[in-house]
Amino acid sequence: MQGDTACAYGALYGGCNFFAGYPITPASEIAESLSIELPNVGGYCLQMEDEIASIGAVIGAVWAGARGMTATSGPGFSLMQENIGYAFMTETPCVIIDVQRSGPSTGQATLPAQGDIMQARWGTHGDHQIIALSPATVQECLTLTADAFNLAERYRNPVIVLTDGEIGHLREKMTFPDPSDIELVNRRLGSSNQHAFGGEMIPPMFELGHGSFVHVTGSSHKETGMRDVFSQEVHDTLIRRIYTKIDVNRDKLVRVEEHFMDDAEVALVSLGVASRPTMGAVLEARNNGLKVGFLRLMIVWPFPKKKIAAIGKKVKKILVPEMNLGQLSREIERFVDCEVVSISKVGGVSHRVSEIYSVIEHYT
Amino acid sequence: MAANNNILNYIREEIFPTAFCPGCGCGTVLNCFVHMLDKVGIDKRDLILVTGIGCSSWIPSPYLEADTLHTTHGRPIAFATGVKVMKPDKYVVVIAGDGDLAGIGGNHLMHAARRNVGLKVFLVNNYIYGMTGGQVAPTTPTGVPTTTTPYGNPEPPMNIAEIVTAAGADYVARWTTYHVRKLMHSMEQAMKKKGFSLIEIMSQCPVSYGKRVKLKKGSDMLRYFRDNSVPIQKTGDLTEEELSGKIVIGKLVDRERTEFTATLNAIVEKREKEVGTS
Ligand code: SF4
Repeated sequence: MQGDTACAYGALYGGCNFFAGYPITPASEIAESLSIELPNVGGYCLQMEDEIASIGAVIGAVWAGARGMTATSGPGFSLMQENIGYAFMTETPCVIIDVQRSGPSTGQATLPAQGDIMQARWGTHGDHQIIALSPATVQECLTLTADAFNLAERYRNPVIVLTDGEIGHLREKMTFPDPSDIELVNRRLGSSNQHAFGGEMIPPMFELGHGSFVHVTGSSHKETGMRDVFSQEVHDTLIRRIYTKIDVNRDKLVRVEEHFMDDAEVALVSLGVASRPTMGAVLEARNNGLKVGFLRLMIVWPFPKKKIAAIGKKVKKILVPEMNLGQLSREIERFVDCEVVSISKVGGVSHRVSEIYSVIEHYT
Repeated sequence: MAANNNILNYIREEIFPTAFCPGCGCGTVLNCFVHMLDKVGIDKRDLILVTGIGCSSWIPSPYLEADTLHTTHGRPIAFATGVKVMKPDKYVVVIAGDGDLAGIGGNHLMHAARRNVGLKVFLVNNYIYGMTGGQVAPTTPTGVPTTTTPYGNPEPPMNIAEIVTAAGADYVARWTTYHVRKLMHSMEQAMKKKGFSLIEIMSQCPVSYGKRVKLKKGSDMLRYFRDNSVPIQKTGDLTEEELSGKIVIGKLVDRERTEFTATLNAIVEKREKEVGTS
């Protein structure tokens, strides 16, 4: 099974019944797989005229009751940013898969990168909080995509799955979970004494077509959904709430994997495709008696800062294999006092184990 | 138009008065729309209104009491496509402006017409970007000075209704805010069509457009509409020269192609059956 296809099946496990997308390498296989499978389960798969329309159709469908997803890569992800901002502002649960490729611009269209970590966080204007997951295996492409749908519904927020061209096209063994092992978080729908946009930290949804006359707008709005763009207080209350609802649940959202951290003097921190050779290098280092540990992030945003801070206190150095020019290592630096070294590689070729190993050797 | 208390049923009264400038055509479009809803007897629970950014996007949002999705600039048709797929039995109505639907969102307009998605699009064409203060629009006539074409618009305007007709819409008409009864009747026809329906409504923006063409009051522009509109049935008798600068009004097309969500659902039904039996 290929990573992209596994994302498509993950979506089905997550209850996806609406997909809209636009062809782009290396993400197109997700749309292709869903175009085969969704109609079989009563779902819809649309190819729109561009990525802006794709995310727009997804948001429209979600408000009309769907569990919706789109999938894209760098340039398409850039195009979607305005409507992703709309999804934040209107608290629309939806899933966006970004199969990262080497950029900026058309870059190396078919080759992997991890250059969208900061775009996932800050791609759209204004203050907002996002949830972004990072699978490192084909199996995780399935499980984390399914998870993304539940997180989207639980927090009423867009959720991004950041894979990359290598994981997306990688073929490896995968087992289909028993559907009963994946619990679906159902959408919480509101009743007449509640509001769609306030009254509680994560308000219930009021879908279109139920006669509740819901008013959804990307402009600043009151709890009722009614536009109010001049009140400092209305905007402040709204933005702080949608920011805080993710922030206060950071601990619940953290998904990490730790290896050999107990006695580690040097820690490696990595995610996604870069974590695969990292694991190889760490194993080799341990075989050779070097005291290294490994923290693999399966969530990028909200950033697992407590975990990182704790590791920062424990080790002398943190090494960060990353396929970008420091997007992950710079974020780590914000939370630790020890030295952070980026093992950076760009150009569409992932790290070799030996490259990472030689840096470990240098610092131990 | 006779006063009719039933129309208040469709209005969020607490939000009135509207923010439209005095003499703006948006109020006329709103008025025609709610009178049509009342005449046809459409239950507001069956309406889903989708809109974008611009003065005319305020016609449905928030003045009308129905489910309303007020989207990003230029994208209401894309959002509405997702809505219609999930709610094929509802009236999914897009009311927005020329800058929104034909300018920044022109691609979605063309493709939704091609797909024949069963949306009802009431496109209010006021020849200008009104809300942002009078910049040139893709619909501004050649030569008209605007805030961004101070020496006169160097571009020819876009013929929205014809583009949408060529793209494949089931129903396309053009009216003006002067022709209120015809407009209402046309809206009624559009509501009853299954496929993509669009009415291009030529409307007055006295504040940002009228004053630039020496039609300062709303009524000046209405007179202009009255005197410069040519019913489509009569265009055959006129030369190209006689037609230049005229507004061709009436129904441009009324046909019955398969509606998009119907095709989509037929595929889903077939697949579900085949998978269910295999
Ligand atoms: S700017 Fe023009 S279109 Fe906008 S409300 Fe005023 S008159 Fe109407």
